[in-house]
Amino acid sequence: MITARRARRRNLSIVAAVGVGVIALTGCSGGGASSSKEFTYLGQTQNTAISGTLDILAKDQCAAAEKAAPLKADAIDGTTWDQQLQLLAGQDALSDMSMAGGTPSLMQEFIDSGKVLNLSETFEKEGLEGRVLPAAESTIKALYGGGDLYALPTEFNIEGFWYNKQLLADNGIEAPVTWDDLVDAAATLDANGVQPFVAAGKDGWPITRLVGDYIARDLGPDALQKVADGDASLTDPEYVAAADAVAELGTEGYFGPAAGSIDYNTALNQFLTGGGAFFYMGSWALAAFNDPEQNKIGVDNIGFAPFPAVEGGAGSIDQVPANVGIPVMFTEKGYDDDVAQWLDCVTANYGDVALNEFGQVTGFVVNNPPADQPALTQEVQDIIADAPSSVLWFEAAFTPEATSVSQKNGGGLASGTLTGEAFMKLVQDANN
Amino acid sequence: MERLLGNPRAVLVLLGPALLVYSLVMLIPIVWSLVYTVYEGNAVSGFEFVGIDNFVRFFNDPTALEAVGFTIRYALILTVLQVVVGYALALLYVFYLKKASSLVRTLVFFPVILPTVAVALLFRRFFEAAPTEGPINSIMEFVGLSTFDWFGQPDASFWVIIMMDLWRSMGFYAVLLYAGVVEIPEDIIESARIDGAAGWRLVRHIILPLSLPVLLSATIFSINGTLKVFDSVVALTNGGPGTSTTPLTVYMFQTSFSFGQYGYGSTVALMLTVMCLLVTIFIFRASRRDLTRNEK
Repeated sequence: MITARRARRRNLSIVAAVGVGVIALTGCSGGGASSSKEFTYLGQTQNTAISGTLDILAKDQCAAAEKAAPLKADAIDGTTWDQQLQLLAGQDALSDMSMAGGTPSLMQEFIDSGKVLNLSETFEKEGLEGRVLPAAESTIKALYGGGDLYALPTEFNIEGFWYNKQLLADNGIEAPVTWDDLVDAAATLDANGVQPFVAAGKDGWPITRLVGDYIARDLGPDALQKVADGDASLTDPEYVAAADAVAELGTEGYFGPAAGSIDYNTALNQFLTGGGAFFYMGSWALAAFNDPEQNKIGVDNIGFAPFPAVEGGAGSIDQVPANVGIPVMFTEKGYDDDVAQWLDCVTANYGDVALNEFGQVTGFVVNNPPADQPALTQEVQDIIADAPSSVLWFEAAFTPEATSVSQKNGGGLASGTLTGEAFMKLVQDANN
Repeated sequence: MERLLGNPRAVLVLLGPALLVYSLVMLIPIVWSLVYTVYEGNAVSGFEFVGIDNFVRFFNDPTALEAVGFTIRYALILTVLQVVVGYALALLYVFYLKKASSLVRTLVFFPVILPTVAVALLFRRFFEAAPTEGPINSIMEFVGLSTFDWFGQPDASFWVIIMMDLWRSMGFYAVLLYAGVVEIPEDIIESARIDGAAGWRLVRHIILPLSLPVLLSATIFSINGTLKVFDSVVALTNGGPGTSTTPLTVYMFQTSFSFGQYGYGSTVALMLTVMCLLVTIFIFRASRRDLTRNEK
């Protein structure tokens, strides 16, 4: 016979056990929140340049900030970056500084919900203006809209066709200036047994960039924004023409026999071992071009041609396709005097350290450039400095869904399994 | 025992912890997910009540309908192949290999225990066209055919997935069905043989009817497993080329976590659940009708 007292005690112990279990379970969901005594940074495991630069800064130029709030850098896999960032933001557990969302529309959500620090206002308040290059600043502002700066350009890249000078010379081809020149060059190369284009069709984006650039050259730099704003549709004939132009290259087999299965590293390796004449890529590839271990064709053998003009088009060849990679953002919640000290130090010194230690061209003002830069790197920096304006990539203003659909189907254009019209319809449907 | 189980407090103590964990990790998320189907948004932008908009969108979304089409095609073809090949193997074990079947059974079952990602990598290498040619393309070149980009073509990718999943799972269905076939009383088979039944007639009129219950279980297992395919597709093609091999599960994951549309992702999940339920009910009803007809 159990007495009432014993029963009560047993019930109590059950309640206590359940309580402990619940507390243990809820404990699992915690963590990740930033501590006021540390300056927390979260990046992608694939990107070691940012955390490496921050480490160097912490030991040298930012020693005072490091003393006030030691740097605590962490990294997670970048393939599901946006998803993880979204979950952290939902729990209000973003780090003080982290790589920004890969999709501009996700950043827009962060900005709208007040998660991200407005750097334009902060710079004005703290007197930090003039530390970011105007071209990089305008690119980030165009990317996230709204006219204010919400991220720092830890990379600044221009994009265009890198070409194998030797292969072009052997086939009597000059660097193309118009799209027709490019198509003619491809036909000549193909006829002579040289693969005209090297591209990562599996990744999709190196192909969709061509569509976006063609649109910018043909219809003007604001043509894609009109689509995002609903004033035009990708299924309009003038937009479809751009995808058709790229699809035609795929149908002709100019991207090689297995274009849909080539990933970024394979494509890069193919170009650097002489496997193709033209390679559309961003200037971040300079690190590989300057590395003799990877580059078997020689850095002097690589030339840069801006994306060619489309005859009769509204855009200009001077408008350089540009991007800021994945920039870094600061959280509104974590911003205090210690983080302000870090922000001051990072904006003042990041450009110098990243360029000197990692060969990374950033969107920060560089005060002490390296003494002996490779000629190709210098050429890229000159183009950046001289560019009157920049244009964003194809999916920059689209929804995450449209971005995903576009990049997943880009390979179909290169392998010739998808028509321009079908591609544009898929992307437009996803963007609605 | 009866007194113990008659005591509500004892039942609570015995069932309570399991029920609590089950409720926390299964029931609450299911209900939560159901509620999300009438909302749109995510943890960052907040949630907004949208009524049946998500369902309307689902039936007007070409990518979702393509995913439904892929899922059904994949599930039907693979279920038929899994059950037919598994059954053929089971018959082989019981009637031809008999006691010597253990080695073959082990070998055929081996892929079941391999991690899906490892199998997918293996098949990727087999069918690779670039950067290096896989064995399949090498053989094709050897016999005078040209290299084929298996993962660049929707139909080819589909059949590679089917081939991989069949290789991976047929051992399991063979063992499952073997357990059913081996249970058929020897004397029934023997008397059928005396009556002159052999080969296909023996299988058609004796073995097949007597192994129907286990075939039904295998079919339900298979159809529900294949309708919910996720890992093998993600590891092998990641839904590509384009979205041509994207099943509903992968689309659900993408909408929820990549596109930040938790409401619509939950709607896709609900649709998948309804699909599994309908197919299971259909199979049950079909088998019941069949049995009644046989009784007559």
